Amino acid sequence: MYPFKRYVEIGRVALVNYGKDYGKLVVIVDVVDQNRALVDAPDMVRSQMNFKRLTLTDIKIDINRVPKKKTLIDPMEKACVKNKWENSSWGRKLIVQKRQASLNDFGRFKLMLAKIKKAGMVRQELAKLKKEIAA
Amino acid sequence: MAAKRKTPVKTRNPDLIRGVGKYSRSKMYHKRGLWAIKAKNGGVFPRHDSKPKSPAAAEKPPKFYPAEDIKKPLLNKRKSRPTKLRASITPGTVLILLAGRFMGKRVVFLKQLTSGLLLVTGPFKINGVPLRRVNQSYVIATSTKVDISGVNVEKFDDKYFSKEDKKKLPEEKKEDQTAVDTVLIKSIEGVPDLKAYLGARFSLKSGMKPHELVF
Repeated sequence: MYPFKRYVEIGRVALVNYGKDYGKLVVIVDVVDQNRALVDAPDMVRSQMNFKRLTLTDIKIDINRVPKKKTLIDPMEKACVKNKWENSSWGRKLIVQKRQASLNDFGRFKLMLAKIKKAGMVRQELAKLKKEIAA
Repeated sequence: MAAKRKTPVKTRNPDLIRGVGKYSRSKMYHKRGLWAIKAKNGGVFPRHDSKPKSPAAAEKPPKFYPAEDIKKPLLNKRKSRPTKLRASITPGTVLILLAGRFMGKRVVFLKQLTSGLLLVTGPFKINGVPLRRVNQSYVIATSTKVDISGVNVEKFDDKYFSKEDKKKLPEEKKEDQTAVDTVLIKSIEGVPDLKAYLGARFSLKSGMKPHELVF
């Protein structure tokens, strides 16, 4: 119905998709102008970022405009931003991607064996179901 | 020359700034114990006169002088030693061969020979690679290590690989192969999937970027 679901607002958690802080979760703490936001995270210095460097997430926390660092960290802990992120399907995908990229050659081999095994089991179950339907 | 000290002396006269020492000449005289050396030698510094030279044998003038001065070749103090082994390659490392008949095979590294080449084995029963020499440049070292403690590789050197009979493999070499491999295979079977891993060849698939892969 509405074309947009995630809005740029104070307290919106965003993922940095370009630059030195690539992959970090940051909170939009103020809007500078049409293109830039003031952005903050517990482990970084508050800085401005172009919206093009941010991808908005579903997570939003309740803060006032430009809070102090401590007043930023508390609502983040309360809303369990990190937990919510790591349990969301998007966050889980990123964690898996990072883990797969760091696999060594033996790890990739074992992954291949596991995929083949899983696919085999799925195919067996499917064949059983098909037989039941045919019977 | 006087006998060398076992531990080098840290300077008795530390620098305050470059060019200025902490202690004056007279203080240093005392610190170095030159007064003790003098006292031991009766008030004077010990003199070491050079020994009287025994008369050198009378040199006959040479019969032949070259027309032009012959140049002496430049001094070469280089020592030959085996190629520096990459830090990632230690005994027991699984290597991926990149060229030759066994291209793509994953293989166990045993030791570096004096020529610099790497001694490597399949093991033969697992992937068909015998005890073989391989150049370090044609190899990718993975981070997977096999326990190689039970294997004795003392007897293998570069001379072992010189071929007297190019047609037939002597029985002795076959026995050496099995001797090395039985121990290795036991430690390989201790790790799940490692045997299948060594039996498979490595290849780049679609989407694999070698500069981004972790080996």
